Amino acid sequence: MNPLDIEAIRKDFPILQREIHPGKQLVYLDSAATAQKPTRVIEAMDRYYRWSNANIHRGVHVLAEEATMLYEDARRNVAGFIGARDAREIIFTRNTTEAINLVAYSWGRANLQAGDVIILTEMEHHSNLVPWQMLAQERQVRLEFIPVTDDGLLDMEEYQKLLMLAPKLVAFTQMSNVLGTINPAGEIIRLAHDAGAITLVDGAQSVPHIPVNVVDLDVDFLAFSAHKMCGPMGSGVLYGKTALLEKMPPFLGGGDMIRKVMLRSYAPNSIPHKFEAGTPAVAEAVGLSAAVDYLKPIGMDAIAAHEHEIVSYALEQLNQIPGVRILGPDADRKGGVVSFTLDIAHPHDVAQILDRHGIAVRAGHHCAMPLHDRYQIPATTRASFYIYSTREEVDHLVQGLEQVKAIFG
Amino acid sequence: MDDLYREVIIEHYKNPGFRGELDPHDISFEDENPLCGDHIRIDLRVNENEVVTEAAFSGHGCAISQASADLLLEFIIGKTLDEIRQLTKDDLLELLGIELGPVRLKCALLSLKVLKAGVYGLGEASDSLVEGD
Repeated sequence: MNPLDIEAIRKDFPILQREIHPGKQLVYLDSAATAQKPTRVIEAMDRYYRWSNANIHRGVHVLAEEATMLYEDARRNVAGFIGARDAREIIFTRNTTEAINLVAYSWGRANLQAGDVIILTEMEHHSNLVPWQMLAQERQVRLEFIPVTDDGLLDMEEYQKLLMLAPKLVAFTQMSNVLGTINPAGEIIRLAHDAGAITLVDGAQSVPHIPVNVVDLDVDFLAFSAHKMCGPMGSGVLYGKTALLEKMPPFLGGGDMIRKVMLRSYAPNSIPHKFEAGTPAVAEAVGLSAAVDYLKPIGMDAIAAHEHEIVSYALEQLNQIPGVRILGPDADRKGGVVSFTLDIAHPHDVAQILDRHGIAVRAGHHCAMPLHDRYQIPATTRASFYIYSTREEVDHLVQGLEQVKAIFG
Repeated sequence: MDDLYREVIIEHYKNPGFRGELDPHDISFEDENPLCGDHIRIDLRVNENEVVTEAAFSGHGCAISQASADLLLEFIIGKTLDEIRQLTKDDLLELLGIELGPVRLKCALLSLKVLKAGVYGLGEASDSLVEGD
């Protein structure tokens, strides 16, 4: 029994009606890269520019006040969506990557010294790897990695051993963008706190697809992107606990992040504005807020259940194709992501031939080169699902793979 | 059914004539496409007149990149290094006989980039080697 009315949901996404090639309607299986946008989000942003556009936090005219209100309402709405107690804990960024970089620059440079340990995992997206590598080079900080098992799970025994190094930070993805693995975030965070570390969760793949509550998780920092949860590109979020954010130095300098500026010095603004220098992406924040309003009534539990059904079906179908090797754990431990290889064809060729049938998948290393090295494969083909994905689309994928086999077989 | 996967492409991908390594060699160069991880190494032997007498490629990648490398090496046997320096993107696309979008173009051009960087004795295979006509 599927709790979602998929037919109604699909009508909310105009792009899903597009004919990609003559007679081939779009089969969009690339939502882990970016989700499609419902009319509601597109219209909210359009309405903002047509009716309310002004710069925020300064002007006293109607438009400026309205735009400021919309922007700050968006912040409150996002806070509520992830269970944050205080809207000041929500910092708008460009994307997950910028949110993680903000923590690396601001918290990292203020709190880490040579020899300090940061624990990451082998399944990180480059966005939760390279900022720490940069910091490690600059500060001689030591990076350690929780290994990934052959099944695509984090090796929790090894994690416990690494915690004996007294790390200052444990930063990890809640859901792998390649393996689909949903990591036991609550347990990882609890163990990190017991060891005296603070925690950062890369929620780029989890926040759009499963219920995430920052208070239940007790996470210190959570980063995610609007565009993977039906919102616009160019909008991301950093959640941080008030006590941490207040002690952190600013990230970028400029307008809006200051309380007072003299010729040779400045006094920073309070949070969250301290971390939001310059004119922000107001329409994008409005769009993100509309995306939250779209997802909330459907319910993140229902969305997760729907994706579980689709991914279970996809694994079952793909496992029947000779030569297909699927990375990652079984359906009960993963979200709506299936990365695979096909013995006779390279992932690029697979993706190209699928495209000819209107099927959009991703091929490559999905910004996780070390993880692919771990499995000794240069690239995979990835199909990823969302709220609007159907079993029929999985069937199209399977038929498309039969075509690949016909060409390369 | 698919223009991109013409029989000649699939044939060169599945049964390449020039796959392997040459040891010793006069020229060798390798590089990868950082976007997709396609990796190609090309080894050449040339005679005293700078004419290519033997060529081989190794590495991994999609059908387009591998078939392109095989077709390219087939084409340059008997050519001088100077002639290879003159090769353009269009020459390679003519060999392949297919139209490519911007993403797959990079797959096709990797072998030409590697070849020209090797022949010029450069440290890296820059895009500028295969741009323009």
